Amino acid sequence: MSTAVASERPVNPVEPFLRTDRMPHIWCPGCGIGTTVNCFARALVESKQPLDKVAIVSGIGCTGRVAGYVKLDSFHTTHGRAIPFATGLKLANPGLSVVVYSGDGDLIAIGGNHFIHAARRNADIKVICVNNFIYGMTGGQVAPTTPVGATATTSPYGSYERPFNLPYLAESSGAVYVARWTAFHVRHIAHSMAEAFSKKGFCFIEIIAPCPTLYQRRNRLGDGLDTMKLYKQRSVIKNGASTRDLDVGLQGEIVVGKFVDIERPTLQQNMEQQLRQTLKDRFAGLGGA
Amino acid sequence: MPEAPAVARGRKFRGSVFIDWDRCKGCGFCIEFCPPKVLQFSDKFNTHGYHPPHLANEAACTGCDLCGLYCPDFAIFGVRIPLETEKTEADPAKS
Ligand code: SF4
Ligand code: SF4
Repeated sequence: MSTAVASERPVNPVEPFLRTDRMPHIWCPGCGIGTTVNCFARALVESKQPLDKVAIVSGIGCTGRVAGYVKLDSFHTTHGRAIPFATGLKLANPGLSVVVYSGDGDLIAIGGNHFIHAARRNADIKVICVNNFIYGMTGGQVAPTTPVGATATTSPYGSYERPFNLPYLAESSGAVYVARWTAFHVRHIAHSMAEAFSKKGFCFIEIIAPCPTLYQRRNRLGDGLDTMKLYKQRSVIKNGASTRDLDVGLQGEIVVGKFVDIERPTLQQNMEQQLRQTLKDRFAGLGGA
Repeated sequence: MPEAPAVARGRKFRGSVFIDWDRCKGCGFCIEFCPPKVLQFSDKFNTHGYHPPHLANEAACTGCDLCGLYCPDFAIFGVRIPLETEKTEADPAKS
């Protein structure tokens, strides 16, 4: 059913990137994950990525479903293991652009150790973390990102744990590109993703997004739309801000922007250099498509 | 950031939207964030019991596709339809 009348029905720009046979997806009404997928599709177009050279790796969780919904070479790995899988994929096939698309629980809790070490080693992967401050798929438990005071199924009187400030964690671990946006900042997200595609090394983009069913409802923050409007009000763009100052609370300001954009040799470059020095003309290159 | 409706004032194209009626989950993102506010919830239900949006003021739609960029269910997108009367070489959709 369409509102417009045209001789031939145009296709949704995101459609060529979707496994349409799997639609409708499982995400709740007002969940922000789908919005980030639109931005991802626009970034792929904008950065003119050859699609057969892009691979997407997810772990477990609601955001982990992204790999199953986009029509790229995709891998749905075990819980928390998207980053080591992606690191290996990139080293074995250096011609690929490897994207890790997962949630805060999967990347930062279960996969937290992999996260800091891939950043430290500067593995050439792009990590997109949809942060909804809670474990969604398993029923709304406290995550390492849950703000102090927020109610979750495992913190009925409010969380008393200090959460991670993800851009600070990424920068101090060694990421070369760090940005944070909310699901409201659609054009900025698409732009940051395209920038990450053009960069070598460990790039990290945090996207704060509503989980209306668990986080918003339990904390009386309204539905997805109310949250998007709040993001619009609460966000302040501070490009280049010190990542130390980027804590997010239950209320108050959310600082967004691009905070880190530096150059540093990647894991693969360092590995190649050593192999070349050691093996000299016996080194045949890392190969890959 | 949202494109200004001024883009449409060159009148080399008109804006419109396409809606995938049964994919919509009625979140309202498209309605809220459409810069010229041309969408409204329809009175009708889709097969899942949600009220999808409809284009209440087609003349003001700029075809910017911001609705499409926000829609978490890939259920709507904006297009720019070139106006036949205006002969232009450049493709306005790419401007
Ligand atoms: S394309 Fe969508 S967002 Fe843009 S003016 Fe038209 S209805 Fe509004
Ligand atoms: S953004 Fe998409 S799902 Fe939400 S109301 Fe609009 S068309 Fe429906």
